Amino acid sequence: MTDFLVFEDVSKHFGAIRAVDHVSLAIRKGEFFSLLGPSGCGKTTLLRILAGFEHPDTGRVLLDGQDISDLPPNERKVNTIFQSYALFPHLTVWQNIAFGPQVAGHPRAEIAEEVEKMLKLIQMTDQAHKKPAQLSGGQKQRVAIARALINKPQVLLLDEPLAALDLKLRQRMLIELDLIHDEVGITFLYVTHDQGEAMSLSDRIAVMDRGRVEQMGTPAEIYEAPRSSFVAAFIGDTNFFEGKVAQLVDENYSRLEIDGFPDVVCFNDKQISVGNPVYLSVRPEKIRISRDRPLEDNLHNVMSARVEDVIYLGSSTKYWVRAQEYRIAVYQQHSRFLLDERPIRWKDGVWVSWHADDAYMLERYSESDENLVQTPPEQVGEKNGTAGEASASPTARKLR
Amino acid sequence: MKVEQRSRLTEWLVTAPSFAWLAVLFVAPTLIVFAITFKPPDPYGGLGPGWTLGTLRSLADPNYPAIIWRTLWLSVLNTAFCILLSVPTGYHIARAPLRVRQMILLLVIVPFWTSFLIRIFAWKILLHPDGLLKQALVHLHLVQPNALLLYNARAVLLVMVYTYLPFAILPIYAAAEKFDFTLIEAARDLGAHQLRAFFSVFIPGIRRGLMTAILVVFIPSLGSYVIPDIVGGPSSQMIGNKIAQRTFVDRNLPHASGLSAFLTLAVLVPLAGALFLQGKRAKPTDIVLEDA
Repeated sequence: MTDFLVFEDVSKHFGAIRAVDHVSLAIRKGEFFSLLGPSGCGKTTLLRILAGFEHPDTGRVLLDGQDISDLPPNERKVNTIFQSYALFPHLTVWQNIAFGPQVAGHPRAEIAEEVEKMLKLIQMTDQAHKKPAQLSGGQKQRVAIARALINKPQVLLLDEPLAALDLKLRQRMLIELDLIHDEVGITFLYVTHDQGEAMSLSDRIAVMDRGRVEQMGTPAEIYEAPRSSFVAAFIGDTNFFEGKVAQLVDENYSRLEIDGFPDVVCFNDKQISVGNPVYLSVRPEKIRISRDRPLEDNLHNVMSARVEDVIYLGSSTKYWVRAQEYRIAVYQQHSRFLLDERPIRWKDGVWVSWHADDAYMLERYSESDENLVQTPPEQVGEKNGTAGEASASPTARKLR
Repeated sequence: MKVEQRSRLTEWLVTAPSFAWLAVLFVAPTLIVFAITFKPPDPYGGLGPGWTLGTLRSLADPNYPAIIWRTLWLSVLNTAFCILLSVPTGYHIARAPLRVRQMILLLVIVPFWTSFLIRIFAWKILLHPDGLLKQALVHLHLVQPNALLLYNARAVLLVMVYTYLPFAILPIYAAAEKFDFTLIEAARDLGAHQLRAFFSVFIPGIRRGLMTAILVVFIPSLGSYVIPDIVGGPSSQMIGNKIAQRTFVDRNLPHASGLSAFLTLAVLVPLAGALFLQGKRAKPTDIVLEDA
């Protein structure tokens, strides 16, 4: 498939702030594409450039082969779902949805027919004569979607459309959005800071930080093979170890030198050469924890550790263990088979291990790399010196 | 129920002072003015005994329709100019950065620190045949040297617009400041060009402020008296001047009352009508159902 929507070297500055910094992106027709990043990473500015509310300082935007950088918003075949929905408060649901076709000067009968069709799509035929103030958050959301879709845009832009909804409603709207995307088949450009939303909806994701695209790929690619420490830390949880490449074992594997762990083997697909400083990233669910020392082979890394915290999460248990200077998070699924084994408790001595293929090395180039490594403060594990995880899991303390 | 009775009583006690205030200082004087219309005048400027319809008959004076008509169209034009100027002004103030916004608002309010009369006299000086503004306009060949800028209806209108403009800007700005400008972006996004977005989203969005501005400018305009008196001439008299003339020059209180009563009714009747219609249109809002 050819590229349908292309950002070519797009930049936008606000005063001294580089909101978007030479971004190039290519989005395919019909794709559900997400721009994911923390607030202030430039994702919304990029969306506003596409919608026509901001003019890029450099570069251009191509839609279906046509340069649209200089078109005003009303002449672009894209429509936006605003974070606040921006429904017109003085118009009814029906009139809100009819706004686009009315402005375009469609014949009345045709407008009525299209509006009815949209109302059916969002299942709000019986609410057509209500004003936005009489609707709930989820209903407003649906009206905003209908109001945009009725114009048959080439790209639908969604600016954190679920941010204002509560968790349950968000999950339901997520499914509805997915269904609508399948049904109408147009390109969706979705802006969010919520990795869960992006992962579950998107065909592809561009992770942004400080106005730049850090990585672009399918959700699995981004989760399993993050290209930078920023992406690894932003998408899901991970453990970072700081070290350098000590030796190339063979074509695929390298031996790392990490303080306290002289012999860590890691898959080295990036061919980072000897002596380079790297971060080793290991996802908590890839680490096994056991009371007995596991069998060691060339490709397993084994460390002894002490349990500092046990957090029961229902579907799994999260352990915080301390190995040398590192605090390591480990997720363990529950299994009936293991019940005969004595459960691991606070302050137990344990073994943690992972396969060389399950960790990846990241070159240390990102400025945001500081403070990634969890080094424990003194005397952790006594009671609650677990400031690091308090924010990650607010329920932790309650459950202990 | 006892509790309900008590709360009713409290409610009544709380509102009683404002009711009393309105009754004594607004309703009673208005009724007195209405009543005086039906009293005969006495030669010393007081009221004679008995009741008469003579004043009402004398209000049919053929001079009055012209003056009432002039009062009406000057007020309408004044309101129109004030709204036309203050809607874009309010829009731009609301969109300006905070510090600029405060500056402009200050500039709008500053003239109030000077006495109203002095500001009107200042206009008289500016528009005077030897005045600064007149001289400058002649210099720029915008007016003929012998043209008279003062003592006509245009001068009255100009000074009225000048006087009432802040009263239109402030409520419109207040409404615009609360307006969600994302709505304009949404309209643009849905295909509306700038003017269309302005008229179909911004104007309905500030309609309350717009209504306030219209009332606050139009009603006092009808009663204007000082402005036509100072910058106007005999051909630009308004009803306010006639009322003043009947009161102070002719010493004919019933006649002045008759004109005042007419003016009051001319304002109150359309206003009551508008309020009635508005009340009829506003339906009780439905309860918002949260989806589970």
